Amino acid sequence: MEQIFFYIFAIATVASAIAVISLRNPVHSAISLMVCFLQVAALFILLRSPFLAAVQVFIYVGAVVVLFLFAVMVLDLGKERFGEYLHHQRPIALVVVIGFVFVMGFTILHGSLDAQLGNYTEKALVKNTEIMGKLLFTKYVFPFEVVSLLLLIALIGAIVLAMKEKR
Amino acid sequence: MDINTLIEVALIIVKVIFVSLILFTLPIPLTWIERKVAGHIQVRLGPFRVGPHGILQPVADMIKLMFKEDIAPEKADKWLFRFAPLFAMIPAFAVYAAIPFGDKITIPIINKEVTLYISDMNVGILYILAVGGISVYGIILGGWASNSKYALLGGIRSSAQMISYEIALTFSCIGVVMTSNSLSLLDIVKFQSGTILGFIPNWNIIYQPIGFVIFFIAALAEINRIPFDLPEDEGSLAAGYHVEYSAMKFSFFMLTEYVAMVTASVLAVILFFGGWDAPLFMPEIPIFWFVAKVGFFIYLFMWIRFTLPRYRYDQLMSIGWKILLPLSLLNILITGLFLL
Repeated sequence: MEQIFFYIFAIATVASAIAVISLRNPVHSAISLMVCFLQVAALFILLRSPFLAAVQVFIYVGAVVVLFLFAVMVLDLGKERFGEYLHHQRPIALVVVIGFVFVMGFTILHGSLDAQLGNYTEKALVKNTEIMGKLLFTKYVFPFEVVSLLLLIALIGAIVLAMKEKR
Repeated sequence: MDINTLIEVALIIVKVIFVSLILFTLPIPLTWIERKVAGHIQVRLGPFRVGPHGILQPVADMIKLMFKEDIAPEKADKWLFRFAPLFAMIPAFAVYAAIPFGDKITIPIINKEVTLYISDMNVGILYILAVGGISVYGIILGGWASNSKYALLGGIRSSAQMISYEIALTFSCIGVVMTSNSLSLLDIVKFQSGTILGFIPNWNIIYQPIGFVIFFIAALAEINRIPFDLPEDEGSLAAGYHVEYSAMKFSFFMLTEYVAMVTASVLAVILFFGGWDAPLFMPEIPIFWFVAKVGFFIYLFMWIRFTLPRYRYDQLMSIGWKILLPLSLLNILITGLFLL
Protein backbone atom coordinates (compact mmCIF):
# COMPACT_ATOMS: atom_id res chain seq x y z
CA MET A 1 0.00 0.00 0.00
CA GLU A 2 2.70 2.47 1.04
CA GLN A 3 4.75 1.54 -1.99
CA ILE A 4 1.91 2.48 -4.31
CA PHE A 5 1.62 5.89 -2.64
CA PHE A 6 5.38 6.32 -2.84
CA TYR A 7 5.37 5.71 -6.57
CA ILE A 8 2.44 8.06 -7.13
CA PHE A 9 4.16 10.88 -5.24
CA ALA A 10 7.60 10.15 -6.67
CA ILE A 11 6.36 10.17 -10.26
CA ALA A 12 4.40 13.37 -9.63
CA THR A 13 7.50 14.97 -8.07
CA VAL A 14 9.69 14.18 -11.05
CA ALA A 15 7.02 15.14 -13.57
CA SER A 16 6.35 18.50 -11.94
CA ALA A 17 10.09 19.14 -11.56
CA ILE A 18 10.52 18.58 -15.29
CA ALA A 19 7.58 20.91 -15.90
CA VAL A 20 9.31 23.63 -13.84
CA ILE A 21 12.26 23.76 -16.22
CA SER A 22 10.47 23.00 -19.48
CA LEU A 23 7.42 25.29 -19.33
CA ARG A 24 7.87 28.59 -21.15
CA ASN A 25 5.72 30.80 -18.96
CA PRO A 26 7.34 31.75 -15.60
CA VAL A 27 3.98 31.68 -13.80
CA HIS A 28 3.33 28.13 -14.99
CA SER A 29 6.83 27.18 -13.86
CA ALA A 30 6.19 28.63 -10.42
CA ILE A 31 2.97 26.62 -10.10
CA SER A 32 4.77 23.43 -11.12
CA LEU A 33 7.38 24.23 -8.48
CA MET A 34 4.63 24.52 -5.90
CA VAL A 35 3.16 21.16 -6.99
CA CYS A 36 6.66 19.66 -6.75
CA PHE A 37 7.09 20.96 -3.18
CA LEU A 38 3.69 19.56 -2.20
CA GLN A 39 4.66 16.11 -3.49
CA VAL A 40 7.92 16.26 -1.55
CA ALA A 41 5.90 17.07 1.58
CA ALA A 42 3.80 13.98 0.92
CA LEU A 43 7.01 11.93 0.63
CA PHE A 44 8.11 13.30 4.02
CA ILE A 45 4.87 12.01 5.54
CA LEU A 46 5.57 8.56 4.08
CA LEU A 47 9.00 8.80 5.75
CA ARG A 48 7.28 9.34 9.16
CA SER A 49 8.22 13.02 9.38
CA PRO A 50 4.93 14.90 9.70
CA PHE A 51 6.69 17.92 11.21
CA LEU A 52 9.05 18.26 8.27
CA ALA A 53 6.13 17.85 5.87
CA ALA A 54 4.11 20.60 7.58
CA VAL A 55 7.12 22.92 7.60
CA GLN A 56 7.79 22.16 3.94
CA VAL A 57 4.25 23.15 2.99
CA PHE A 58 4.37 26.13 5.32
CA ILE A 59 7.62 27.70 4.16
CA TYR A 60 8.12 26.56 0.59
CA VAL A 61 4.54 26.32 -0.64
CA GLY A 62 3.02 28.97 1.59
CA ALA A 63 5.74 31.61 1.43
CA VAL A 64 8.61 31.05 -1.01
CA VAL A 65 6.57 30.27 -4.12
CA VAL A 66 4.06 32.98 -3.23
CA LEU A 67 6.99 35.43 -3.22
CA PHE A 68 8.16 34.04 -6.57
CA LEU A 69 4.72 34.62 -8.02
CA PHE A 70 4.63 38.09 -6.48
CA ALA A 71 7.95 38.99 -8.11
CA VAL A 72 6.98 37.47 -11.46
CA MET A 73 3.68 39.34 -11.50
CA VAL A 74 5.10 42.68 -10.38
CA LEU A 75 7.96 42.56 -12.88
CA ASP A 76 5.60 41.24 -15.57
CA LEU A 77 7.99 38.50 -16.62
CA GLY A 78 5.05 36.84 -18.33
CA LYS A 79 6.26 38.08 -21.69
CA GLU A 80 9.91 37.16 -21.17
CA ARG A 81 11.22 33.90 -22.49
CA PHE A 82 13.98 31.91 -20.87
CA GLY A 83 15.40 30.01 -23.82
CA GLU A 84 17.65 32.73 -25.21
CA TYR A 85 19.64 33.23 -22.02
CA LEU A 86 21.51 29.94 -22.08
CA HIS A 87 25.04 30.73 -23.27
CA HIS A 88 26.77 27.48 -24.14
CA GLN A 89 25.83 26.00 -20.77
CA ARG A 90 24.20 22.93 -22.23
CA PRO A 91 27.23 20.60 -22.59
CA ILE A 92 28.51 21.41 -19.09
CA ALA A 93 25.06 20.95 -17.56
CA LEU A 94 24.63 17.66 -19.39
CA VAL A 95 27.94 16.32 -18.07
CA VAL A 96 27.11 17.36 -14.51
CA VAL A 97 23.65 15.81 -14.64
CA ILE A 98 24.89 12.52 -16.08
CA GLY A 99 27.62 12.40 -13.45
CA PHE A 100 25.11 13.06 -10.68
CA VAL A 101 22.71 10.41 -11.90
CA PHE A 102 25.59 7.94 -12.19
CA VAL A 103 26.88 8.56 -8.67
CA MET A 104 23.40 8.47 -7.10
CA GLY A 105 22.45 5.35 -9.01
CA PHE A 106 25.67 3.64 -7.98
CA THR A 107 25.24 4.40 -4.27
CA ILE A 108 21.56 3.42 -4.28
CA LEU A 109 22.15 0.15 -6.14
CA HIS A 110 24.98 -0.79 -3.81
CA GLY A 111 22.87 -0.02 -0.78
CA SER A 112 25.37 2.36 0.77
CA LEU A 113 22.66 5.02 1.20
CA ASP A 114 21.33 3.59 4.45
CA ALA A 115 19.94 5.88 7.14
CA GLN A 116 20.38 4.75 10.73
CA LEU A 117 17.41 5.03 13.07
CA GLY A 118 19.75 5.78 15.97
CA ASN A 119 18.54 5.51 19.55
CA TYR A 120 14.89 5.82 18.70
CA THR A 121 12.42 3.12 17.84
CA GLU A 122 10.14 3.69 14.88
CA LYS A 123 7.19 4.21 17.25
CA ALA A 124 8.89 7.00 19.20
CA LEU A 125 9.76 8.74 15.95
CA VAL A 126 6.11 9.21 14.99
CA LYS A 127 5.95 11.93 17.62
CA ASN A 128 9.29 13.30 16.55
CA THR A 129 8.66 17.02 16.84
CA GLU A 130 9.86 17.14 20.43
CA ILE A 131 12.91 14.97 19.73
CA MET A 132 13.84 17.20 16.81
CA GLY A 133 13.46 20.40 18.83
CA LYS A 134 15.59 19.09 21.66
CA LEU A 135 18.32 17.88 19.31
CA LEU A 136 18.36 21.21 17.46
CA PHE A 137 18.96 23.12 20.66
CA THR A 138 21.46 20.76 22.24
CA LYS A 139 23.53 18.57 19.94
CA TYR A 140 23.15 20.63 16.78
CA VAL A 141 23.00 24.08 18.32
CA PHE A 142 26.13 25.31 16.53
CA PRO A 143 25.02 24.57 12.94
CA PHE A 144 21.57 25.85 13.88
CA GLU A 145 22.98 29.18 15.03
CA VAL A 146 25.22 29.44 11.97
CA VAL A 147 22.21 28.97 9.71
CA SER A 148 20.18 31.58 11.57
CA LEU A 149 23.11 34.01 11.35
CA LEU A 150 23.33 33.41 7.59
CA LEU A 151 19.63 34.10 7.23
CA LEU A 152 20.00 37.29 9.26
CA ILE A 153 22.84 38.46 7.02
CA ALA A 154 20.72 37.75 3.92
CA LEU A 155 17.87 39.70 5.48
CA ILE A 156 20.04 42.73 6.19
CA GLY A 157 21.52 42.49 2.70
CA ALA A 158 18.07 42.58 1.16
CA ILE A 159 17.10 45.61 3.23
CA VAL A 160 20.30 47.44 2.28
CA LEU A 161 19.65 46.77 -1.43
CA ALA A 162 16.08 48.02 -1.13
CA MET A 163 17.20 51.16 0.73
CA LYS A 164 19.71 52.09 -1.99
CA GLU A 165 17.08 51.99 -4.67
CA LYS A 166 14.93 54.43 -2.77
CA ARG A 167 17.47 57.28 -2.78
CA MET B 1 -6.94 -6.50 5.87
CA ASP B 2 -9.22 -7.67 8.61
CA ILE B 3 -12.78 -6.52 9.25
CA ASN B 4 -11.88 -4.00 11.96
CA THR B 5 -9.52 -2.04 9.73
CA LEU B 6 -12.14 -2.01 7.02
CA ILE B 7 -14.71 -0.60 9.45
CA GLU B 8 -12.22 2.08 10.51
CA VAL B 9 -11.53 3.04 6.90
CA ALA B 10 -15.25 3.12 6.09
CA LEU B 11 -15.84 5.28 9.15
CA ILE B 12 -13.21 7.79 8.05
CA ILE B 13 -14.74 7.98 4.57
CA VAL B 14 -18.21 8.52 6.05
CA LYS B 15 -16.84 11.29 8.30
CA VAL B 16 -15.08 12.98 5.39
CA ILE B 17 -18.24 12.95 3.28
CA PHE B 18 -20.33 14.19 6.21
CA VAL B 19 -17.99 17.08 7.01
CA SER B 20 -17.68 18.14 3.36
CA LEU B 21 -21.45 18.07 2.90
CA ILE B 22 -21.88 20.31 5.93
CA LEU B 23 -19.21 22.69 4.63
CA PHE B 24 -20.82 22.79 1.19
CA THR B 25 -24.25 23.65 2.56
CA LEU B 26 -23.13 25.96 5.38
CA PRO B 27 -22.74 29.05 3.15
CA ILE B 28 -26.46 28.85 2.27
CA PRO B 29 -27.70 29.86 5.73
CA LEU B 30 -24.60 31.98 6.32
CA THR B 31 -25.22 34.30 3.36
CA TRP B 32 -28.79 34.85 4.56
CA ILE B 33 -27.64 35.55 8.11
CA GLU B 34 -24.90 37.86 6.88
CA ARG B 35 -27.30 39.92 4.80
CA LYS B 36 -29.82 40.03 7.62
CA VAL B 37 -27.12 41.17 10.09
CA ALA B 38 -26.00 43.77 7.57
CA GLY B 39 -29.57 44.95 7.11
CA HIS B 40 -30.33 45.34 10.78
CA ILE B 41 -26.99 47.00 11.57
CA GLN B 42 -27.69 49.54 8.84
CA VAL B 43 -31.32 50.00 10.02
CA ARG B 44 -33.01 48.32 7.07
CA LEU B 45 -34.70 44.97 6.63
CA GLY B 46 -32.29 43.03 4.46
CA PRO B 47 -33.70 40.37 2.08
CA PHE B 48 -37.44 40.16 2.63
CA ARG B 49 -39.22 39.11 -0.55
CA VAL B 50 -38.33 35.47 -1.22
CA GLY B 51 -39.99 33.37 1.47
CA PRO B 52 -40.80 34.52 5.02
CA HIS B 53 -38.17 37.11 6.08
CA GLY B 54 -36.34 36.37 2.84
CA ILE B 55 -35.20 32.98 4.11
CA LEU B 56 -35.32 31.44 0.62
CA GLN B 57 -33.12 34.18 -0.85
CA PRO B 58 -29.92 32.03 -0.79
CA VAL B 59 -31.75 29.29 -2.71
CA ALA B 60 -32.79 31.81 -5.34
CA ASP B 61 -29.21 33.09 -5.49
CA MET B 62 -27.91 29.56 -5.89
CA ILE B 63 -30.27 28.84 -8.79
CA LYS B 64 -29.19 32.11 -10.40
CA LEU B 65 -25.48 31.26 -10.02
CA MET B 66 -25.98 27.79 -11.46
CA PHE B 67 -27.77 28.94 -14.60
CA LYS B 68 -25.76 32.05 -15.33
CA GLU B 69 -23.55 32.06 -18.39
CA ASP B 70 -20.00 31.03 -17.56
CA ILE B 71 -17.81 33.67 -19.18
CA ALA B 72 -14.02 33.53 -19.52
CA PRO B 73 -12.18 36.57 -20.91
CA GLU B 74 -10.75 35.95 -24.37
CA LYS B 75 -7.16 36.77 -23.43
CA ALA B 76 -7.30 34.84 -20.16
CA ASP B 77 -4.98 31.95 -19.38
CA LYS B 78 -7.76 29.39 -19.90
CA TRP B 79 -6.40 26.54 -17.77
CA LEU B 80 -5.39 28.60 -14.80
CA PHE B 81 -8.59 30.62 -15.02
CA ARG B 82 -10.53 27.40 -14.74
CA PHE B 83 -8.44 25.87 -11.96
CA ALA B 84 -7.92 28.93 -9.74
CA PRO B 85 -11.28 28.55 -7.92
CA LEU B 86 -10.36 24.94 -7.16
CA PHE B 87 -6.92 26.02 -5.92
CA ALA B 88 -8.76 28.25 -3.47
CA MET B 89 -11.43 25.76 -2.48
CA ILE B 90 -9.56 22.48 -1.96
CA PRO B 91 -7.17 23.69 0.79
CA ALA B 92 -10.07 25.42 2.58
CA PHE B 93 -11.79 22.03 2.83
CA ALA B 94 -8.62 19.99 3.44
CA VAL B 95 -8.01 21.91 6.65
CA TYR B 96 -10.94 20.11 8.25
CA ALA B 97 -9.07 16.79 8.17
CA ALA B 98 -7.28 17.89 11.33
CA ILE B 99 -10.00 19.80 13.17
CA PRO B 100 -11.60 18.08 16.17
CA PHE B 101 -15.26 18.84 16.86
CA GLY B 102 -15.46 16.90 20.10
CA ASP B 103 -13.81 14.01 21.88
CA LYS B 104 -15.63 10.67 21.64
CA ILE B 105 -19.25 9.70 21.59
CA THR B 106 -20.83 6.26 21.74
CA ILE B 107 -23.48 5.57 19.15
CA PRO B 108 -26.38 4.10 21.18
CA ILE B 109 -27.72 1.15 19.19
CA ILE B 110 -24.59 -0.50 17.80
CA ASN B 111 -22.64 0.54 20.90
CA LYS B 112 -19.60 1.72 19.00
CA GLU B 113 -17.29 4.47 20.11
CA VAL B 114 -16.78 7.14 17.45
CA THR B 115 -14.27 9.95 17.59
CA LEU B 116 -15.57 13.35 16.51
CA TYR B 117 -12.58 14.18 14.35
CA ILE B 118 -11.23 12.81 11.08
CA SER B 119 -7.68 12.47 12.37
CA ASP B 120 -5.75 13.63 15.39
CA MET B 121 -2.47 14.75 13.86
CA ASN B 122 0.42 15.33 16.21
CA VAL B 123 1.29 18.43 14.18
CA GLY B 124 -2.37 19.48 13.81
CA ILE B 125 -2.01 23.21 14.28
CA LEU B 126 0.95 23.40 11.89
CA TYR B 127 -0.95 21.38 9.30
CA ILE B 128 -3.95 23.72 9.49
CA LEU B 129 -1.87 26.89 9.21
CA ALA B 130 0.20 25.44 6.36
CA VAL B 131 -2.68 24.05 4.31
CA GLY B 132 -4.87 27.06 5.01
CA GLY B 133 -2.11 29.21 3.58
CA ILE B 134 -2.28 27.41 0.23
CA SER B 135 -5.72 28.94 -0.39
CA VAL B 136 -3.99 32.19 -1.37
CA TYR B 137 -2.95 30.56 -4.66
CA GLY B 138 -6.55 30.60 -5.78
CA ILE B 139 -6.68 34.35 -5.31
CA ILE B 140 -3.27 35.07 -6.85
CA LEU B 141 -3.75 32.80 -9.85
CA GLY B 142 -7.36 33.86 -10.35
CA GLY B 143 -6.17 37.45 -10.41
CA TRP B 144 -3.30 36.75 -12.79
CA ALA B 145 -5.12 34.40 -15.15
CA SER B 146 -8.01 36.84 -15.70
CA ASN B 147 -5.63 39.09 -17.61
CA SER B 148 -7.31 42.16 -16.21
CA LYS B 149 -5.64 45.05 -14.40
CA TYR B 150 -8.06 45.14 -11.48
CA ALA B 151 -7.89 41.41 -10.96
CA LEU B 152 -4.09 41.40 -11.16
CA LEU B 153 -3.84 44.19 -8.58
CA GLY B 154 -6.14 42.22 -6.31
CA GLY B 155 -3.96 39.14 -6.69
CA ILE B 156 -0.75 41.04 -5.98
CA ARG B 157 -2.25 42.72 -2.94
CA SER B 158 -3.42 39.39 -1.67
CA SER B 159 -0.03 37.69 -1.97
CA ALA B 160 1.74 40.44 -0.03
CA GLN B 161 -1.01 40.62 2.57
CA MET B 162 -1.08 36.87 3.18
CA ILE B 163 2.64 36.62 3.74
CA SER B 164 2.67 39.61 6.08
CA TYR B 165 -0.11 38.37 8.30
CA GLU B 166 0.69 34.67 8.22
CA ILE B 167 3.77 35.36 10.33
CA ALA B 168 1.83 37.17 13.04
CA LEU B 169 -0.90 34.52 12.93
CA THR B 170 1.57 31.70 13.38
CA PHE B 171 3.46 33.45 16.14
CA SER B 172 0.25 34.09 18.05
CA CYS B 173 -0.45 30.35 17.91
CA ILE B 174 3.01 29.56 19.26
CA GLY B 175 2.03 31.08 22.62
CA VAL B 176 -0.86 28.60 22.87
CA VAL B 177 1.39 25.73 21.83
CA MET B 178 3.86 26.72 24.55
CA THR B 179 1.27 26.81 27.33
CA SER B 180 -0.44 23.57 26.25
CA ASN B 181 2.84 21.87 25.43
CA SER B 182 1.48 20.18 22.31
CA LEU B 183 0.88 20.80 18.62
CA SER B 184 -2.12 18.48 18.53
CA LEU B 185 -5.45 20.31 18.62
CA LEU B 186 -7.00 17.54 20.69
CA ASP B 187 -4.34 17.94 23.38
CA ILE B 188 -4.71 21.72 23.25
CA VAL B 189 -8.44 21.43 23.96
CA LYS B 190 -7.92 18.78 26.67
CA PHE B 191 -5.43 21.06 28.37
CA GLN B 192 -8.11 23.75 28.66
CA SER B 193 -10.66 21.63 30.57
CA GLY B 194 -11.29 22.32 34.26
CA THR B 195 -11.46 25.64 36.09
CA ILE B 196 -9.31 28.15 37.90
CA LEU B 197 -10.42 29.10 41.45
CA GLY B 198 -13.45 26.87 40.99
CA PHE B 199 -15.45 29.01 38.60
CA ILE B 200 -13.31 30.65 35.87
CA PRO B 201 -12.96 28.26 32.94
CA ASN B 202 -9.34 27.24 32.37
CA TRP B 203 -9.26 28.55 28.79
CA ASN B 204 -6.20 29.84 27.00
CA ILE B 205 -7.73 33.29 26.62
CA ILE B 206 -6.88 33.83 30.32
CA TYR B 207 -3.21 33.02 29.73
CA GLN B 208 -2.93 34.46 26.23
CA PRO B 209 -4.99 37.67 25.98
CA ILE B 210 -2.43 39.43 23.75
CA GLY B 211 -2.04 36.27 21.70
CA PHE B 212 -5.78 36.17 21.11
CA VAL B 213 -5.97 39.81 19.98
CA ILE B 214 -3.10 39.25 17.52
CA PHE B 215 -4.65 35.99 16.34
CA PHE B 216 -8.02 37.61 15.77
CA ILE B 217 -6.69 40.60 13.81
CA ALA B 218 -4.33 38.45 11.75
CA ALA B 219 -7.14 35.97 11.05
CA LEU B 220 -9.35 38.81 9.82
CA ALA B 221 -6.61 39.71 7.36
CA GLU B 222 -5.94 36.10 6.35
CA ILE B 223 -9.56 35.43 5.42
CA ASN B 224 -9.90 38.77 3.59
CA ARG B 225 -12.67 40.20 5.72
CA ILE B 226 -13.29 43.89 6.23
CA PRO B 227 -11.38 45.88 7.54
CA PHE B 228 -8.66 44.00 5.63
CA ASP B 229 -10.43 42.95 2.42
CA LEU B 230 -8.03 44.87 0.18
CA PRO B 231 -7.79 42.09 -2.47
CA GLU B 232 -11.43 42.69 -3.41
CA ASP B 233 -11.71 46.35 -2.50
CA GLU B 234 -14.94 47.34 -4.30
CA GLY B 235 -14.16 51.03 -4.02
CA SER B 236 -10.90 51.05 -5.95
CA LEU B 237 -10.56 47.61 -7.60
CA ALA B 238 -14.13 46.92 -8.78
CA ALA B 239 -14.19 43.46 -7.20
CA GLY B 240 -10.49 42.65 -7.15
CA TYR B 241 -9.30 39.16 -7.97
CA HIS B 242 -12.71 37.75 -8.93
CA VAL B 243 -13.87 40.64 -11.11
CA GLU B 244 -13.83 38.48 -14.26
CA TYR B 245 -15.49 35.45 -12.72
CA SER B 246 -19.13 34.57 -13.09
CA ALA B 247 -21.54 31.73 -12.40
CA MET B 248 -20.25 28.62 -10.59
CA LYS B 249 -16.60 29.66 -10.65
CA PHE B 250 -17.53 32.82 -8.80
CA SER B 251 -19.61 30.85 -6.33
CA PHE B 252 -16.57 28.65 -5.60
CA PHE B 253 -14.69 31.76 -4.51
CA MET B 254 -17.64 32.81 -2.34
CA LEU B 255 -17.83 29.31 -0.86
CA THR B 256 -14.11 29.44 -0.04
CA GLU B 257 -14.54 32.76 1.68
CA TYR B 258 -17.33 31.48 3.92
CA VAL B 259 -15.52 28.23 4.71
CA ALA B 260 -12.41 30.24 5.61
CA MET B 261 -14.48 32.38 7.95
CA VAL B 262 -15.83 29.26 9.65
CA THR B 263 -12.28 27.89 9.90
CA ALA B 264 -11.04 31.06 11.56
CA SER B 265 -13.90 30.91 14.07
CA VAL B 266 -13.25 27.22 14.74
CA LEU B 267 -9.54 27.87 15.32
CA ALA B 268 -10.27 30.78 17.68
CA VAL B 269 -12.58 28.51 19.69
CA ILE B 270 -10.18 25.57 19.78
CA LEU B 271 -7.05 27.56 20.56
CA PHE B 272 -8.37 30.18 22.95
CA PHE B 273 -11.89 29.31 24.12
CA GLY B 274 -11.69 25.73 25.29
CA GLY B 275 -13.14 23.97 22.25
CA TRP B 276 -16.13 21.88 23.36
CA ASP B 277 -15.54 22.60 27.06
CA ALA B 278 -18.80 23.83 28.66
CA PRO B 279 -18.59 27.20 30.45
CA LEU B 280 -19.72 27.90 34.04
CA PHE B 281 -21.10 24.55 35.29
CA MET B 282 -23.29 24.13 32.23
CA PRO B 283 -24.01 20.50 31.29
CA GLU B 284 -21.55 18.93 28.86
CA ILE B 285 -23.39 18.22 25.59
CA PRO B 286 -21.39 16.82 22.65
CA ILE B 287 -20.81 19.33 19.84
CA PHE B 288 -23.43 21.80 21.19
CA TRP B 289 -21.00 24.13 23.00
CA PHE B 290 -18.54 23.92 20.17
CA VAL B 291 -21.13 25.01 17.61
CA ALA B 292 -22.45 27.72 19.92
CA LYS B 293 -18.99 29.25 20.40
CA VAL B 294 -18.19 29.01 16.68
CA GLY B 295 -21.53 30.66 15.91
CA PHE B 296 -20.66 33.53 18.21
CA PHE B 297 -17.38 34.14 16.39
CA ILE B 298 -19.03 33.98 12.99
CA TYR B 299 -21.48 36.62 14.20
CA LEU B 300 -18.54 38.69 15.47
CA PHE B 301 -16.90 38.57 12.02
CA MET B 302 -20.13 39.76 10.41
CA TRP B 303 -20.60 42.46 13.02
CA ILE B 304 -17.10 43.80 12.36
CA ARG B 305 -17.66 43.71 8.63
CA PHE B 306 -20.59 46.12 8.81
CA THR B 307 -19.15 48.34 11.53
CA LEU B 308 -15.58 49.17 10.55
CA PRO B 309 -14.32 50.96 7.43
CA ARG B 310 -11.58 49.45 5.27
CA TYR B 311 -7.92 50.23 5.92
CA ARG B 312 -5.67 51.72 3.27
CA TYR B 313 -3.07 49.37 1.85
CA ASP B 314 -0.06 51.12 3.45
CA GLN B 315 -1.88 51.13 6.78
CA LEU B 316 -2.48 47.41 6.39
CA MET B 317 1.22 46.79 5.84
CA SER B 318 2.37 48.92 8.74
CA ILE B 319 -0.16 47.29 11.09
CA GLY B 320 1.13 43.89 10.06
CA TRP B 321 4.86 44.50 10.19
CA LYS B 322 5.26 47.29 12.73
CA ILE B 323 2.61 46.43 15.30
CA LEU B 324 1.43 42.83 15.09
CA LEU B 325 4.78 41.19 14.36
CA PRO B 326 6.77 42.80 17.23
CA LEU B 327 3.80 42.32 19.55
CA SER B 328 3.58 38.62 18.72
CA LEU B 329 7.33 38.20 19.34
CA LEU B 330 6.89 39.98 22.68
CA ASN B 331 4.00 37.65 23.48
CA ILE B 332 6.20 34.60 22.89
CA LEU B 333 8.89 36.12 25.13
CA ILE B 334 6.42 36.86 27.95
CA THR B 335 4.89 33.38 27.68
CA GLY B 336 8.36 31.87 27.89
CA LEU B 337 9.17 33.92 31.00
CA PHE B 338 5.93 32.80 32.67
CA LEU B 339 6.68 29.17 31.86
CA LEU B 340 10.10 29.43 33.51
